[in-house]
Amino acid sequence: MPILAPLADVFKALADPTRRKILDELTDRDGQTLFELCSRLAMKHQLGSSRQAISQHLDVLEAAGLITTRREGRWKYHDIEPEPLRHIAERWLRTED
Amino acid sequence: MRINLTSVLVDDQDKALRFYTEVLGFQKKTEVPLGEHRWLTVVSPDDPNGTELVLEPDAHPAAKPFKDALVGDGIPFTSFAVEDVRQEFARLQSLGVEFAQEPVDMGPVTTAVFDDTCGNLIQIAQLAED
Repeated sequence: MPILAPLADVFKALADPTRRKILDELTDRDGQTLFELCSRLAMKHQLGSSRQAISQHLDVLEAAGLITTRREGRWKYHDIEPEPLRHIAERWLRTED
Repeated sequence: MRINLTSVLVDDQDKALRFYTEVLGFQKKTEVPLGEHRWLTVVSPDDPNGTELVLEPDAHPAAKPFKDALVGDGIPFTSFAVEDVRQEFARLQSLGVEFAQEPVDMGPVTTAVFDDTCGNLIQIAQLAED
């Protein structure tokens, strides 16, 4: 069970459209390098953010518990972590009996 | 003025020559002894008089931290054109090449990124057909 970040951090992280695009792309394929994420944002979404800006967005997402990072071989991959979103859903969405 | 050379910084020229010829399929063009290292270039068999890739020693102390930082973020040192990225991915993977990025459609281009075993990531790219 991961340590959950305060819910306010999750909402703040999700409030930014670029960060939502990052989560969209990680949903398309989990486990991406910073370079792959930057390429997808630039080529598929015409987002001209700098690599440094994307790196800062990834830090915010990681602090909110929405992504995790792992080193594989000599490079670093980013994975989506849906657990905080599940807590949001459980809070307001009633499941049918 | 024209571009006739480009380089990759490699940690071992013998290993690099093997990888860039036997695995990637380039051909050795020039090999000139220069003391400890060699002036060593390869070309594409499709374009033997075209741009040469210099397999350049990464002996300068600044080279390794630079290369490690690029690899850590998954950033390729350079990019080569291929006809079919997915076919090349399958061929290289069957030869044991490790990929940091499997093929992805990026709209006008499809790319993949692999480890050259000499301290670099290399991108292969295929332009989408109209």
